[in-house]
Amino acid sequence: MKFRVAREVLADAVAWTARSLPPRPSVPVLAGILLEVDGNQLSVSGFDYEVSARAEVDVQATESGRALVPGRLLAEITRALPPHPVEITAEGPRLALVCGNARFSLPTLPVEDYPSLPSMPSSAGLVDSDVFAEAVGQVAVAAGRDDTLPMLTGVRLEIEDDLITLAATDRYRLAVREFAWRPETPGVSAAVLVPARTLAEAAKTLTSGPEIVLSLSSGSSGEGILGLSGKDRQTTTRLLDAEFVKYRAIMPNDSNSHASLPVGLFTDAAKRVALVAERGTPLRCEFTPGQVTLHAGGSDEEGQAEERCDVEFDGEPLTIGFNPTFLLDGLAAVHTERARIDFTSPLKPAVLSGVEEPAADDGKPAGPAERTGSYRYLIMPVRLPG
Amino acid sequence: MEAMRREASVLHLDLDAFFAAVEQRDKPSLRGRPVVVGGVGGRGVVATASYEARAYGARSAMSTAEARRRCPSGTAFLGGRFAAYRRTSDVVMALLRELSPLVEPASMDEAYVDLAADSGHDLSVAGVTELGRRLKDRIAEATGGVTGSVGIGTSKLMAKIGSDLQKPDGLVVVPPGSELDVLHPLPVTRLGGVGPATAERLHQIGVKTVGDLAARSLADLVALAGKAHGAGLYALARAEDDRAVVPDRGVKSVSHEETFERDLTDLDVLNREIDSMAARVAERLRASAFSGRTVTLKLRRYDFTTLTRSQTLPQPTDDGRTIAAIARRLLSDAGTQGGLRLLGVGISGLSVYAQGDLFAEDLLTGEPEPLPDVVTAVDAPEPEPEVDLPAERRWWPGQDVRHEELGAGWVWGRGLGRVTVRFEGPLTPPGKVRTLSADDPLLHATDPPDWRTTG
Repeated sequence: MKFRVAREVLADAVAWTARSLPPRPSVPVLAGILLEVDGNQLSVSGFDYEVSARAEVDVQATESGRALVPGRLLAEITRALPPHPVEITAEGPRLALVCGNARFSLPTLPVEDYPSLPSMPSSAGLVDSDVFAEAVGQVAVAAGRDDTLPMLTGVRLEIEDDLITLAATDRYRLAVREFAWRPETPGVSAAVLVPARTLAEAAKTLTSGPEIVLSLSSGSSGEGILGLSGKDRQTTTRLLDAEFVKYRAIMPNDSNSHASLPVGLFTDAAKRVALVAERGTPLRCEFTPGQVTLHAGGSDEEGQAEERCDVEFDGEPLTIGFNPTFLLDGLAAVHTERARIDFTSPLKPAVLSGVEEPAADDGKPAGPAERTGSYRYLIMPVRLPG
Repeated sequence: MEAMRREASVLHLDLDAFFAAVEQRDKPSLRGRPVVVGGVGGRGVVATASYEARAYGARSAMSTAEARRRCPSGTAFLGGRFAAYRRTSDVVMALLRELSPLVEPASMDEAYVDLAADSGHDLSVAGVTELGRRLKDRIAEATGGVTGSVGIGTSKLMAKIGSDLQKPDGLVVVPPGSELDVLHPLPVTRLGGVGPATAERLHQIGVKTVGDLAARSLADLVALAGKAHGAGLYALARAEDDRAVVPDRGVKSVSHEETFERDLTDLDVLNREIDSMAARVAERLRASAFSGRTVTLKLRRYDFTTLTRSQTLPQPTDDGRTIAAIARRLLSDAGTQGGLRLLGVGISGLSVYAQGDLFAEDLLTGEPEPLPDVVTAVDAPEPEPEVDLPAERRWWPGQDVRHEELGAGWVWGRGLGRVTVRFEGPLTPPGKVRTLSADDPLLHATDPPDWRTTG
């Protein structure tokens, strides 16, 4: 194996692949990155039996072949190289890397022990890469991190004809986002559970092309996997084998009151007031017509803070407590200038949703929840004493 | 630190054989007879013995089996009715709070009161003696005959020593200045903090009374019992105690544990125990408007090795199912090899806030889901571990029941598919015993009876 490649191109591909390497590989070879040259194409791959990543770049090759190289070391080296073309040559059990005046000789790992990457399942359809990245980011924020309950660490991906619904919950909040896509087969219907962190990472880094090919293999023929292919990059992840909670049953259908608020100003106020909220103590929000008053702290040993913010509020005055992080995560995910919060009662979930601008479009039915492409973020309140 | 008090302004109340006294109030046929309240199963432990039972040698913390050997036949061995004790305790604590805003309950049947916190009291010896007498009368009247012993002194130490001197139904005021006269003849074990181990070591150096202890130097005691403990003993022996009465010390944790009649290994059965204990813990959390973050599982193996495992939640909860799910996981990690003789579920890291759980309640109807039957049915200290409960296992000795035709009563015994019930209540004369089929559809578990006459 011998090839020449632009430094940025190589560094990007290696860095992207290295992100999915396991921090503590179960087998030493899994810490490796596989370099494979065929014709004038180099593929850079990583795999840990859960997630696979494969980036392809054009190179000037003089000799095909393959080599398995310690992945993190290769990523660190390529990131640090000077801005010159890179020449890589396999020399027996070592890999030589020359760039400008810098020369490296790296040990390689036994390539024959490396597992073959899962083949990409057949294409299910196309999604707009920016829409996908946004939607996944909006939903994955609500996923849990405690992997003793696998269901809560996943993002549910539901396909119903030309609509995809993503949902995730850590049992304290639930985020749901719908968006349109172009399925390969009209009328297709499927539902899978994807590890949230892997999905979020992949969606964020596959935006270099306009579209992503989404491919699925169901669990019936062995392990279910989800494949995502962007421009020159493709990744697969093993699906979670767990039932997702029947989340639609907990989405409130109507509300008793709602507030419309400026996201930026409200977020800043909430962040300030939350500074005195010690761990586990809530942000207390008192909604009255025209304004919300935020409080935190309160007992003698703690600090106290209070701030008013102008909002539109329609309904009976209401005092409700939120975990500040949960509220701020939701506010940061709506991606609109104004947001709406629907309330049922201080102990029932509140529903945060974005309000599209301009609002002056007459005759448009209210209820952003009904729009296609909508985002809803449910927060279970904190019960306040008394 | 406060200055030492000059007046006998600290009152200590200790209700006499409290659980047994409530049983005798609610079960007229047991009045004047030996009553033992505690775990009635094979490995149960005595919680309280009535004075009649104490005459035969029954003591709290003794195994129930030992108490059965000592007490004559006809002694009532009853499971605890904690709801009934709690209701009576609440009435007593409310009377204490009428005396002073500073009331520190030490347990359900014991509390300290700082009389100086209410300026209306005459704190002379005669004044507090009269106050103590009136308090005892009011307690007996309000509780339907439960008595308490009162000690009043210049410190918590002296008040507690005083309440113990003339039990039951006692009243002792230790006049300011006479503390050492009262204290020094007493055995050292009367001091709080002198347990069997310390007492044994003190005994070896010839210290038997508090007076002997007071004769020892601080250096001696520190050498014997360690720095903090030794210094504490030195001060107590001199009646130096300026501890404040701290109202509502605050609950730190809520827990529930069960000792099994035989070692359990079956994970399904143990998990059901966990569910039931977690539901009770959650119920008590909610009753006190708390939630907690750290779930702890305690288990004792067949060989008496005891261990605890805990996990902290990201958010405080008061949901029994969440608590149960964590406790089940902790149990499956800890393993049940060899069998478990005791299991406990607890929660700490208490907070007045509770992060709601989207899946904890039925959000469609807005009604909390009823607790599973297994929970509401067991007010008994030892629910049975059998998978299929025989009908008789629903009943336990002392349990309050109501028969649709025969009226209210309590369970005297069970076995062979039958249950014997004595039909009487706190306001009736002693009643008759009837034996019923254990699955009699007209017989139901019920709430504790009210001892107060209406109106």
